[in-house]
Amino acid sequence: MRNVGIIMRRELASYFATPLAYVFILIFLLLANAFTFYLGGFFERGQADLQWFFYWHPWLYLFLIPAISMRLWAEERKSGSIELLMTQPVTLWEAVLGKYFAAWTFAALALALTFPMWITVNYLGKPDNGTILAAYIGSLLLAGGYLAIGSCMSALTNNQVIAFILGVVACFIVLLAGFPLVLDAVRGWTPQWFVDAIASLSFLTHFDSIKKGVIDVRDLLYFGMLGAFFLLATAIALDLRKAQ
Amino acid sequence: MIKTEHLSKRYDSLVAVDDVSFQVAPGEVLGFLGPNGAGKTTTMRMLAGFVTPTAGTASICGHDIATDPLAAKASLGYLPEGAPTYGEMSVRRFLEFIADLRRLEGDRRRARLDYVIGRLQLSRVLDQTIETLSKGFRRRVGLAQAIVHDPPVLILDEPTDGLDPNQKHEVRTLINEMARDKIIVISTHILEEVDAVCSRAIIIARGRIVADDTPLALEARSRYYNAVTLQLEQPDQLEAARAAVAALPAVAEVEVSARDARLTALPRAGATILATVSELAVRQGLKLKELHLESGRLDEVFRTITA
Repeated sequence: MRNVGIIMRRELASYFATPLAYVFILIFLLLANAFTFYLGGFFERGQADLQWFFYWHPWLYLFLIPAISMRLWAEERKSGSIELLMTQPVTLWEAVLGKYFAAWTFAALALALTFPMWITVNYLGKPDNGTILAAYIGSLLLAGGYLAIGSCMSALTNNQVIAFILGVVACFIVLLAGFPLVLDAVRGWTPQWFVDAIASLSFLTHFDSIKKGVIDVRDLLYFGMLGAFFLLATAIALDLRKAQ
Repeated sequence: MIKTEHLSKRYDSLVAVDDVSFQVAPGEVLGFLGPNGAGKTTTMRMLAGFVTPTAGTASICGHDIATDPLAAKASLGYLPEGAPTYGEMSVRRFLEFIADLRRLEGDRRRARLDYVIGRLQLSRVLDQTIETLSKGFRRRVGLAQAIVHDPPVLILDEPTDGLDPNQKHEVRTLINEMARDKIIVISTHILEEVDAVCSRAIIIARGRIVADDTPLALEARSRYYNAVTLQLEQPDQLEAARAAVAALPAVAEVEVSARDARLTALPRAGATILATVSELAVRQGLKLKELHLESGRLDEVFRTITA
């Protein structure tokens, strides 16, 4: 497990080795705030909460998280450094987890930098800070889920642009599963349990329930299993194709 | 000890490495020769644990690469082909990262880092990012990471590729120094390198071992082994000299280069002709600029074996 920490620190530092990290954080903060104030009508609603701030996170992440995860493995394969990494005395799992946690830490940092929003609502009124905390945790889990999918897509190719597009598409599919668009289409002709099963695969269903302030074990389990599944897929993809 | 038994690697229909078996003992420097695409890199990647063999086994210091890969990798220093590194890291950070993964700690960590930085002359570029370095420096950074933990086994894929003659000489000196107590496997296209550092050479072609011998014994397979080359003062004596040398019973063939008035007499198998050729030159009154004995040409053996 010590190797996970070593690999994670290296990976995290490499995010900040280029201006990309700062540009990314800037764009994330600008968009998160713009969505809240303009699309969410933060002032017009006259309520001291962050409901509309978090409402947009699944959509914001849809494009921003694959931008974090696209380089995870695609770049290693392109530059050949994967050969260097995988011939050190580390296991494939340590490498997969180390890189994943680095990306997740980076996403967590970007999310933490939205704290002025939290200060603002506390200044303007008396929000339920428990709900806000739960929503932050939910958002972090959501980012973790997107990142696991992105990591897997990055392992499939040595081209970062392709990794990004695959990441967006795969995240969109998992996100969309909870939407009326999809659910209505199957509701008419399939049993209710099947509709529920599809809905329960979606990020949105679970994120919405945590966002309301209820951290349910089932939701935690969902994110845990989704993450584990896609990280396992990452490891398998790497094992099969790392040298090609 | 490195030991491989019937090591093979297939990619779909392509056979990259086909039934390769060899052993390397401490103190040996094994040179891996072969044309491009012969399977050198694939074999080294299998030993380093990066590519999984389709069939066969290999072990590093008694640790099987399939069943005990971490122990095998821990006893190994590996320079991948092209010396890939993390370009955005500084040389210092990169070497520290490797030292951490290699479990170097405390005084030993500091001593080993100082040693490789000094030995490979990296102190001038320590705080530069690797992507800004010249090819020669990058190769040296790659070598530094391979030896930082002082492993008993070194596998170096084209360690001198891209280096200038001085740097090549430095790296060969380093390899010779380390050769005393380590097992070293290097791959190269540069045949002079085999003479300079290797105690043994394996020539590999189309995935198979086609020769496994000492560099001297390989050179002895050359047509030019024990051949005698004469260069004449007076080009007009060339034709007479050729006829006289070709008439000697121990001479199999004579090659003539009219441009520099040079002729090379190739001996019949096993014969030594230096004495008879030089006597002949005196008898015929040939004015010689140069007379020398060839030791065999590795490149010619290489071409013959791998063609």
